[in-house]
Amino acid sequence: MRLGWFARMLALAAAGSMLSSGVMAQQTVKIGAIYPLSGNAASAGNFSKAAMELGVDIINNAHPELKDLPLAATQGLPGLNGAKIELIFADNQGTPAAGQNQALRLITEEKVVALLGAYQSGITVTASAMAERHGIPFVTPESVAANLTERGFKWFFRTTPVAGDIAKAYMEFLKERKAGGQKIDTIAIVNENTEYGTSIASVVKEEAAKNGFNVALVIPYPANATDVQPQVLQLKEKNPDVAVFVSYTSDAILYAKTMKDLDWKPAIMIADNAGFNDPSFVKTSGALVEGLINRSSFAAGKPGSLSGAINDMYKKKMGVDLDDPSGRALQGLLTLAEAINRAGSTDPAKIQAALRATDLKANQVVTGYNGVKFDEKGQNILGSSLITQMQGGAYVPVWPKDKAAGEIRLPYKGW
Amino acid sequence: MSLTLVQVIVGGLLLGAVYALFASGLTLIWGMMNVVNFAHGDFVMLAMYTAFVVWTGMGGGPAASVPIAAMLLATVGVLCYFLLVRHIMRGPMLAQILGTFGLALFLRYSAFWLFGSDFRTLPDGMLGPPFIVGGLRIDAPRLLAGGVGLIVILLLHLILTRTALGSKMLAVSEDATAAQIMGIRPEHMQAAAWALAAGATGIAGALIATFFYTSPTVGETLAIIAFVTVSLGGFGSVPGALVAGLLIGVVESLSAYLIGPVYKDVIVYILFVLVLWFRPQGLMGKA
Repeated sequence: MRLGWFARMLALAAAGSMLSSGVMAQQTVKIGAIYPLSGNAASAGNFSKAAMELGVDIINNAHPELKDLPLAATQGLPGLNGAKIELIFADNQGTPAAGQNQALRLITEEKVVALLGAYQSGITVTASAMAERHGIPFVTPESVAANLTERGFKWFFRTTPVAGDIAKAYMEFLKERKAGGQKIDTIAIVNENTEYGTSIASVVKEEAAKNGFNVALVIPYPANATDVQPQVLQLKEKNPDVAVFVSYTSDAILYAKTMKDLDWKPAIMIADNAGFNDPSFVKTSGALVEGLINRSSFAAGKPGSLSGAINDMYKKKMGVDLDDPSGRALQGLLTLAEAINRAGSTDPAKIQAALRATDLKANQVVTGYNGVKFDEKGQNILGSSLITQMQGGAYVPVWPKDKAAGEIRLPYKGW
Repeated sequence: MSLTLVQVIVGGLLLGAVYALFASGLTLIWGMMNVVNFAHGDFVMLAMYTAFVVWTGMGGGPAASVPIAAMLLATVGVLCYFLLVRHIMRGPMLAQILGTFGLALFLRYSAFWLFGSDFRTLPDGMLGPPFIVGGLRIDAPRLLAGGVGLIVILLLHLILTRTALGSKMLAVSEDATAAQIMGIRPEHMQAAAWALAAGATGIAGALIATFFYTSPTVGETLAIIAFVTVSLGGFGSVPGALVAGLLIGVVESLSAYLIGPVYKDVIVYILFVLVLWFRPQGLMGKA
């Protein structure tokens, strides 16, 4: 008798747990997010994390005030009976090896249905290779190295514009300035030497040559540099008209400080996003780089606009404006969630098919993209960048004219 | 020689003096008790945050933050010795390595927890404009850091070689049992070594903070330089750390300027390997 009672209880418990795990699968959709939460880019990574957590809130809770934004008005994913999104963050520690290990862990142990990441292009390379091997969709919201989408991967998608588009935007901008009478003959490129910096540097160099600019100097340097005086002295000696910096946060801070210490500035200083957009760079060094030209896809826009509303929500949470890489990270998550919802399934193959069919319009995205639509390589063909300038401690969109919120002020003022 | 080249060398020398200063703490502990302190870089980090807190909390510059960081870190050093190092020294070599490594992670992630992952910097120009000497620009914080670095190393060397405390410490490091028979308490001397080493590291950190960024992982970046400096100069030798620090600073700057920043580490490590090839004990280490 006693044993029978025990067996019945056991069966009941087993049935209960099976039932609940079945229900649980309905209720949450696990997505992995691999970001630098420690290491030299930890600051930028944690801001991206905060932006994506805001995205989870927008998806899982009802936000009818965010008109046009897919999944905002409803609770959870309506295509999956209101299932909630669960983001599982993993720390890539700033190294490609850790990024790869975390991708494997998220896929095999956490059983995520898709991955997002990994900020640094060099880490996206290894992490996405792991996703490809396991047949799990990988969306990179922010890694711009050109070759990421040239690997023939079937499970890889990228929402951000790529290095080539960015370089073209810089050249258009510079040509317009030159036509306006600014002296622009020589360009110097200073880049950190991992995948990201190398990729941007090579396309900027290529585009510059195509547009008749003389690239006088290319200085690759290790991103974990403890001292950048020799680089700045090299620049000072060659004195190019334009200097393009491709840097992560720690090195960006060192360049800003050292250029002031050694008293050198070009007529136009361009910083390619990344470190220069990290809110902790803007806070610590914004006053040393007045007039710095940058690129951006996210701009808070007018009050009442979708991006403006998102920025307000973020600012309430974090105390700072939503920066561009974090804004792009948020857009990556929203794009992926919209596809999962449309797939109506957590089957990776169905999510992959839904991602391929993504067709978001400009008014449905929080970044300044013209929309999201992937080509056969997984690249968003509607991504776009605008040029911003550091004015009074904040980046203001200044080019192209139709998206500008302020006048371009040249030459570069610095400190 | 062009003016720019002189500027590169001067920059390298000042940087090297700072390298030497924060390497001297590491070498001292090794010399005293054959323990490699893997938490050394994180001691520097702790001192950098101290400088930052002193600035934001009370508006104090290096004049306040350097002594505060020195005292705080000396205390941390003594605590580390009594609470951790003294115990793990009885264990196998591996326990010592993992022990201080664990301490490093503990300090690093405590900083993440306390200060967040944001990069911080002290206000630029807090020590006034750069000095301009014959066309050379010398940044005030770097000059201060280099100058104080040299003085502290000299003092450290004098304490070790010219004082009763130094002799007792040397006695303990050479033969703890014999020293004990002569009435010297090894534990006190070893604690004093930790206090001195961590205190010097505190000074180094507070000075570096005036021209470098501070973040929870900054210790990782700096520790590598300290280890290279110490093994090049000779484990346990304070003058060795000075010579090696200056050498690395100048070689790094010159090779970054003349060949390219990507190759500077290659040059430094070639030098490193060559020195160890001919002098495995380091430039000034005892064979």
